Amino acid sequence: MPSHDVLVIGAGLAGQRAALAAAEQGVSVGIVSKVHPVRSHSNAAQGGINAALNPDDTWESHAFDTVKGSDYLGDQDAIEIMAKEAPEEILHMEHLGVTFHRNAEGKLGTRAFGGASAARTYYVADITGQAIMHVLYEQLMKYSEQITRYEEWFSSSLAIDENGECCGVVTRNVADGSMELFQAKSVILATGGSGQIWKPTTNALICTGDGIAMAYRVGAKLMDMEMIQYHPTTLAGKGFLITEGARGEGALLLNKNGERFMEKYAPNKMELASRDVVSRAEQTEINEGRGFPDGTVALDITVVPKKRIHEALREIVLVGRDFAGVDITREPIHIKPGNHYTMGGVKTDVEGRTDIPGLYAAGEVACVSVHGGNRLGANSLLDTLIFGKHSGRDAAARALRTDWAKPSGKVLEDEQAMVDDINGREKGSGRRVSEIKLELGQTMDSKVAVFRDEAGITEALETVRRLKEEAKTAYIDDHGQVFNQDLMGAIELGYMLDCAECSCVAALERKESRGAQYRTDYPERNDEEWLKHIDLERTDEGPEISYSEVTITQWQPEARTY
Amino acid sequence: MADYTIKVRRYQPESGKPAYWEEFGVELDPSLSVLDGLLQAKDRDDGSLAVRCSCRAAICGSCGMKINGQSGLGCQTQIGEAQELADKKAAAVGGAAEGNVITIEPMGNMPVIKDLVTDMESTHWTKIRRVTPWLLPYGEPPEREYIVEPESMVDITQSMACIQCGACVSSCLSMEVDPLFIGPAALAKAYRFVGDPRDAETTERLTDLAHDPHGIYDCTHCFSCVDACPKGVAPMDQIMRLRRKAGENGIEDPNSGHSHEMAFVKIIEKKGTLDESLLLQESFAPGVLGKLLPTKRAIKEMIGSLPTAVRGIKTGKMRSLPKLIPGVHHKLPGNAQDEVKAIYKHAEEHNEEFNLYIKGEEGDEEAAVEERLEPAAAPGGEEASNG
Ligand SMILES: Cc1cc2nc3c(=O)[nH]c(=O)nc-3n(C[C@H](O)[C@H](O)[C@H](O)COP(=O)(O)OP(=O)(O)OC[C@H]3O[C@@H](n4cnc5c(N)ncnc54)[C@H](O)[C@@H]3O)c2cc1C
Ligand code: SF4
Ligand code: SF4
Ligand code: FES
Repeated sequence: MPSHDVLVIGAGLAGQRAALAAAEQGVSVGIVSKVHPVRSHSNAAQGGINAALNPDDTWESHAFDTVKGSDYLGDQDAIEIMAKEAPEEILHMEHLGVTFHRNAEGKLGTRAFGGASAARTYYVADITGQAIMHVLYEQLMKYSEQITRYEEWFSSSLAIDENGECCGVVTRNVADGSMELFQAKSVILATGGSGQIWKPTTNALICTGDGIAMAYRVGAKLMDMEMIQYHPTTLAGKGFLITEGARGEGALLLNKNGERFMEKYAPNKMELASRDVVSRAEQTEINEGRGFPDGTVALDITVVPKKRIHEALREIVLVGRDFAGVDITREPIHIKPGNHYTMGGVKTDVEGRTDIPGLYAAGEVACVSVHGGNRLGANSLLDTLIFGKHSGRDAAARALRTDWAKPSGKVLEDEQAMVDDINGREKGSGRRVSEIKLELGQTMDSKVAVFRDEAGITEALETVRRLKEEAKTAYIDDHGQVFNQDLMGAIELGYMLDCAECSCVAALERKESRGAQYRTDYPERNDEEWLKHIDLERTDEGPEISYSEVTITQWQPEARTY
Repeated sequence: MADYTIKVRRYQPESGKPAYWEEFGVELDPSLSVLDGLLQAKDRDDGSLAVRCSCRAAICGSCGMKINGQSGLGCQTQIGEAQELADKKAAAVGGAAEGNVITIEPMGNMPVIKDLVTDMESTHWTKIRRVTPWLLPYGEPPEREYIVEPESMVDITQSMACIQCGACVSSCLSMEVDPLFIGPAALAKAYRFVGDPRDAETTERLTDLAHDPHGIYDCTHCFSCVDACPKGVAPMDQIMRLRRKAGENGIEDPNSGHSHEMAFVKIIEKKGTLDESLLLQESFAPGVLGKLLPTKRAIKEMIGSLPTAVRGIKTGKMRSLPKLIPGVHHKLPGNAQDEVKAIYKHAEEHNEEFNLYIKGEEGDEEAAVEERLEPAAAPGGEEASNG
């Protein structure tokens, strides 16, 4: 049985940062990832990472923008920590080797991003996430004595001891199919978001909500699950993202009549209003017939100087060329709002602790909540690093004062039985896993998206519950041990359906419009009744709803205009 | 929507059977990718078809594979284009002009684990670790950020753009001959530190890479990695930069000759020539039976790598431009040949290398060339291949 003081599940930015922070405390660390760490989804982050590092900027301003961006649902204690620690963290990353963009004086340079009152986004061309993640991976290689890497190992169930504390994880070696119970004093979930529940999405195929569902299944609370971000600029059909950096560099949004429609919706911030605001504006234009026939509006990047495009938006030039056949330096590109980010997740405190002792969560899988109803661009990478660091440290501290608990072997047996059950299903005995995923994705994208209402969400919830039944008999083709992606796909489908159910239940429950949750049947924000988080806990009948307070430190809710 | 046949090189390790080919019919829009085709086959027909993939957007580096014999990313290759290439290849050897199958194989120079999944740990990651792939800074970090030339960060961002997909390794000729060769990806990674002004061990790194018989002098300059790389990292350029820096630092090549002799023998065997011009032509325009079929990217990448060639000429290692690209230069569309010369001259005069990240910096000259080239070359390089 492999054992580590601290076991990190997931090796994106949050997981790698947590592993390094834990190792610094002198404990033994293991880090597990179902794909090779550098394949993690954090590498998709193009735009950058926020910090009030510039002497003219203040952490209060960053914090306030985040609070306002969250539509006052973010917890202000957590937001304060994130904004205060951001500058030091960026410098730390720079010292480790991240090749951040420099200004003419050779100092760190910034770009503008949506919803921010100052240009405080630090970046590496448009490969910021990739650049930071590869540098963190360099550090993992450097500290390979302290940190054991389990690359291409798939975790599927958490082990809880008789005291209700988390003490390990069942994990499958993808290469040979062997399953092991990993023992740990602290387990940190850093498994990323659940975007694959929607189709199309900007998220990678691996973003299937594994950690959210694993935590939920052992009784941890989930929070803000209704808050799903639709990014304003994605390619229709394929879901590829055009970074907000493009608008940060000055690109315009135009409807089919060539009107810069943001003038109507956000006269001050225009294209750089918060994402929920811009996505709704676009969807309104499209719904009211001012979009293009393919259900899109246009993003005009040609107004950005070519030199600047080639320097700062090169990845987008490639995305346009390779995936849309459009030269963005010469013509506008058609875009629409597309599923992008899971604001909700496993409920944690500011040290990453969940409701279950010994179980931590950080990054997109977690809900601290710094993003509340709507995440600001370039705040997510920051969230992964800051709370990855906090979780790593606290998990290590816990490990140092805790004795080994003995996980019961039952969880491994149960897991084996589950795998055998999937393997034993006859071809044709039910639906194909891929069919169920497709139906789920399309349902969620049409009913639990930018605009929602009771009838639509109810329908989606019913569909999800039917799909959950169908998933029980869904069959797979691959019955081997080596690299059985088919089997993992079936297990992931289970996670996706749990997360989807929770998102529907929470969206139905919140009878107001706030941030990413826009209910056409309740179009106003209602602070009196709904300035609170929706928490969900698993029962056999489905998620049980409770509420928790939003922490307010210094910014009282106000009307939100851009 | 269109119908395609993809022919996949399969290997199911638990079956006890050797590798075999299997054809799948798929139906998708030509603008979708080869990976989309594979995933459709996997979803509809056979879930046991193994292929690593995640982002579908050429950013995670999972889906390296050989498509019609060329190393690249499945998700970045449009299936329509792959079909065109398959058809052209078939036509060139007197086969049918259309409806040919698209062949898909696992990457080369790596053991296969299952179907398109290769063992990158033993061939790629061990080599990455070989180059001490982390920053070795001078003492304690400064209070604020390191102050460095903005251009230096842009410069190494080209090698930072590497997504560790292994396509270059898959295509590397030297690696084929000398499996111990550190290889294009790891050496590009090494440049990321050598070129980083924050790193304190530049000389040590260079000495190490120059003295290793499988190090920077083991590269035969075949351009395959430049052509294969989906992210414009141009690993060979990074290797040439390492060599130049080693030279500037007075670091000799102690194994001179020895290690790449073998590779050259192999190339001669394979290509029947040691004319670098032909090598260049081969790698950018994989001609079938002497016919030139330059791809859109090949022309672009070639222009990108010209400055390396410029440097080669300066040190007397290569021939001059007209001889360098005999097959290509008289076939470049329109006035592109003049443009190529202009870039060439510019680089020579300024004694500089181009970097993809600062393309367009000076009055947009280079970017402009790219544009002019592209429309003509785009429809599969028809014009270019007629001659
Ligand atoms: C296209 C795109 C662009 C973005 N741009 C920006 C931006 O510019 N700025 C910004 O701040 N944010 C951006 N974001 C958001 C940001 O990238 C993500 O929220 C963030 O990277 C998530 O990091 P993470 O570490 O939490 O998870 P991830 O990077 O998703 O990593 C999850 C890890 O968990 C592992 N894992 C998952 N399940 C299992 C399992 N069952 N067993 C073992 N391992 C598992 C995975 O292998 C992976 O290593 C962007 C997102 C997208 C999709
Ligand atoms: S140029 Fe050098 S490194 Fe690149 S493929 Fe050829 S031999 Fe390998
Ligand atoms: S250099 Fe290019 S081809 Fe080689 S691993 Fe990096 S991205 Fe892939
Ligand atoms: S799937 Fe990520 S590079 Fe192809």
